[in-house]
Amino acid sequence: MNSEPITDSRDKILARIREALQTTAPKRHLHAPAGVATRGHAADATAHGTPQEWLPPVPGTLDERLALFEKNSADLKTRVIRCADEAAVTASINEIALAENWKRVAAHRFPMGHSSILATQLPVTWVDEGYDVADLESADAGITGCECLVSQTGSILVTAASSGGRALSVLPPHHVVIAARSQVVGDLSEALAVAKTSHGGTAPAFLSFITGPSRTGDIERILVLGAHGPKQLTVLVVG
Amino acid sequence: MSALAPSSQFHRDAERVTHDLRHRGLIQKALGGYYVKRDQQKAKFTDWQEARTLAGDVKYEAINHLDKYLVQFVDAISARGAKVFWASDGTEANAHICRIARENGVKSVIKSKTMTGEEIHLGPALEKSGVEVVESDLGEFIVQLREEPPYHIVFPSMHLSRQEINEVFERKLGSAPADTPEELTMIARGVMRQKYCTADMGISGANFAVADTGMISITENEGNARLSTALPKIHVAIVGIEKIIPRLEDLALLLPMLATAGAGQQITCYNTMIGGPRQPGEIDGPEQMHVILLDNQRTRLLADPEQRDALHCIRCGACLNVCPIFKNVGGHAYGTTYQGPIGSVITPHLRGLQSWKHLSNASSLCGACTETCPVKIDLHHHLLQNRRNAIQGKPRWWEKWLWKGFDFLMTKPSLYRWAAPLGRIGMSFYPMVERTAVDPMQHWTKTREFPRLAPYSFKEYWKDRNKSR
Repeated sequence: MNSEPITDSRDKILARIREALQTTAPKRHLHAPAGVATRGHAADATAHGTPQEWLPPVPGTLDERLALFEKNSADLKTRVIRCADEAAVTASINEIALAENWKRVAAHRFPMGHSSILATQLPVTWVDEGYDVADLESADAGITGCECLVSQTGSILVTAASSGGRALSVLPPHHVVIAARSQVVGDLSEALAVAKTSHGGTAPAFLSFITGPSRTGDIERILVLGAHGPKQLTVLVVG
Repeated sequence: MSALAPSSQFHRDAERVTHDLRHRGLIQKALGGYYVKRDQQKAKFTDWQEARTLAGDVKYEAINHLDKYLVQFVDAISARGAKVFWASDGTEANAHICRIARENGVKSVIKSKTMTGEEIHLGPALEKSGVEVVESDLGEFIVQLREEPPYHIVFPSMHLSRQEINEVFERKLGSAPADTPEELTMIARGVMRQKYCTADMGISGANFAVADTGMISITENEGNARLSTALPKIHVAIVGIEKIIPRLEDLALLLPMLATAGAGQQITCYNTMIGGPRQPGEIDGPEQMHVILLDNQRTRLLADPEQRDALHCIRCGACLNVCPIFKNVGGHAYGTTYQGPIGSVITPHLRGLQSWKHLSNASSLCGACTETCPVKIDLHHHLLQNRRNAIQGKPRWWEKWLWKGFDFLMTKPSLYRWAAPLGRIGMSFYPMVERTAVDPMQHWTKTREFPRLAPYSFKEYWKDRNKSR
């Protein structure tokens, strides 16, 4: 079908915006712009603090951060298993596979997990060179790496590059993450900074903070896990 | 949509729902749990009030430099291959999305929650052009099956009991009877799984549009938005122009604020930032990504500096949850896409002041909305300003004369002294007409007592008191 050239309202909308912004809006209930004195307050030359100052606090050492990540994960019903080495990762996966009667898993190749996944002897659908959606949907678990683990919120930051694309971490019913202990960061700001810098200075085109297994409260506000995404989320922390 | 005038429809529905005790029970139970969880999460913040101020600052910066940040956003996301379309109104947006569907032979669409899509009636527009549209958010899916609009901007089906949901599932999906939320959720999950894998197009909204990195950010709990934006070969995101924020780092503040205020969670289950279709080297993702930037009268609200901060709204729904009016009349009575205090503030700007001014009167001006708003929008004062603007735009002659008469009486002490006892005499006859058809105060006295004049004035009391000394 041959359609008319697409013309949109860009110029009209921008003109309306610029016209509207000719008048300044009062800044009620908010911080005055830096350097401006408000009634009763001296001029404040500095910026108005960073979110870190007001958000839930995060401890300083890696051990404490990992402990907070574990605590938050428990509240969210994410299972965290500490593994001493790659062999322990393989053992943990095999244990879950046995308990849940997994027939096949889907995974991508990443340094942290590749050999441990191979060692499980489970049939694996590798997604790296593309995959069939039906195969991914019918896999019992998706095993991925991650960008980092966020202590403050119990979140896992996945990106297309670190976690086998956009669907592997959300389509199979059980999502298993393999991460190194050193991947635990303090808060969301740090995690975003990691995402921005670990890909040559530009943020990847897909990032997602995963915080617990998929959930809904849409029926009588009662929590149900596994609404559309994974019903279970397991994080294997190595080292 | 009914043919009734919006204000008549509001009065009729509000009257009915207010007396519906079953409705009241459901809402109180749902919100009772929300208050507890919200307060637990707020308590984790080092300083919730400072965080609110900072979040307000971020949105103030974005909205007051909207042109700059929009262009930055568009340039960045276009550089990664997303196609951006600027739509003045819903007609333009819908026509463009239907055109994308037509040109790509799209038969079925999986939609994740988008209130902006509701605002422009995108679903019906697509269905009219022969495309099947399925809502994937559980609450939205339920209200879609019931053929009614979302009840609440964040909790679309909070007015329904599990029995009602089971009833519509049995009737429309032919599912086996289920009586727990878990079983019902699994029925919807089963239906939706196939849709994700076979739909030709996924449609999403956006909670934020990040200017510096050129990304949309989607907040959700279920995973439906992630699946809808990852699997189909085309992803269309519909984004109100006010969704802009300057920097990616701002999300570190806004994501927890949105989740805490909106659902009593520290952060929701999935917060996904998407900056384009499948990139070179990526395993999967849509082949095409289209971003629709929607104005639809937002620039009209922008042009009102007094109420411009209403565009700071992050649609968390917190003001609905604390509003005594919302809790009594329910979400459907409003007859608007956006319910509650924020809806009452912005709907007159989006759809015409004179037709929607009644919503600004449906307020006790208690200020609970302003107090709870995570970006500090001055909501209850905006309701007052809407009242003022409405009456200035369409003055009532009798009200003007009434105030003139009042002014005349109150500025003449001698006349007032004369009139006050007359009022008391008149008052003694009032019970004869009270609550009858000729009661001049009948709208008030239908549900309330009319205040009685005191038997003597303060002035008389003072005089007597001094006399007796």
